[in-house]
Amino acid sequence: MSETHSVLAHQFDDLEQQFEASTLGMWAFLITEVLFFGGLFTGYAVYRSQYPLAFAEGSLHLDYRIGAINTAVLICSSLTMALAVRSAQLGRRRSLIGFLLLTMLLGSVFLGIKVFEYSHKYHEHLIPGINFVPPHEFIRYHVDPQQLYVFLSFYFAMTGMHALHMIIGVSVLAVLVVLAWRGRFSSEYYNPVEVAGLYWHFVDIVWIFLFPLLYLISRS
Amino acid sequence: MAHHVVPQKIYLLVFATLILLTLVTVDVAFYDLGLLNLYIALAIAVTKATIVILYFMHVKYSSRLVWVFVGSGFFWLAVLLVLTLSDFFTRGWSPLPSGWTSMVMP
Repeated sequence: MSETHSVLAHQFDDLEQQFEASTLGMWAFLITEVLFFGGLFTGYAVYRSQYPLAFAEGSLHLDYRIGAINTAVLICSSLTMALAVRSAQLGRRRSLIGFLLLTMLLGSVFLGIKVFEYSHKYHEHLIPGINFVPPHEFIRYHVDPQQLYVFLSFYFAMTGMHALHMIIGVSVLAVLVVLAWRGRFSSEYYNPVEVAGLYWHFVDIVWIFLFPLLYLISRS
Repeated sequence: MAHHVVPQKIYLLVFATLILLTLVTVDVAFYDLGLLNLYIALAIAVTKATIVILYFMHVKYSSRLVWVFVGSGFFWLAVLLVLTLSDFFTRGWSPLPSGWTSMVMP
């Protein structure tokens, strides 16, 4: 009982209320994130409608297979995150730590593949603002390089912002592993694991939209 | 605390569905369906997102208040998208941002 009371902050009546408050707080934060990424997607929609061929051509410069693999990696990481939360609910400390580490590993694999993709774009001179040189030959549509530049700007802004969220997510999980190692979570109290899970799944959802919108335009 | 512990089987089922839908969205992209390609891709993405929110994010098992929070978030996203795009799509202009032309053409 004494342990239960030590995790209950004094402003809450009971653990249930505390759990509800932390979940709602996380959702309030995630709503601001939805609107933040919503702004990027809205900008994307405006410019894609203006330059449909440039977006189609730009998309062909991306490797859809790498994008698909990364999608699968993220979905796997969401599964392991969900199982980590489940382990916490059941008070299984060892499997909680295991699933958290597995989720971190999959998140790192995603980021590693992203680094590979970015460096490839660097060698192709397709990074706006850093080393953009209009390509000598186009894959399918001969478009204004300035419009291609707009597509690539959206690609790097959106995937870069997503990658930043992934880096933050992996860091949060690292903290959770330490806390879990010290036995700070139980089936009574696992709120940090629950809300970190919400964040992780949200970042997964962002990628679920980014993948078809960036990699799969006019593949036919 | 009596939180709903989702059976492992459901998580695995959700996972399999998400992977399947990913394969479908890649496959469909290789058929030339015109504008329908975009709508199908978005429909699949919305379906995947809904599954993740309901099961992985436990909203299906959460209180009404959580539903209201999540619903309000997507309501405001709809306001952002619909109002902005209905403005842009009904105008005959959308100026290119200037200032980076010199960077593009060295």
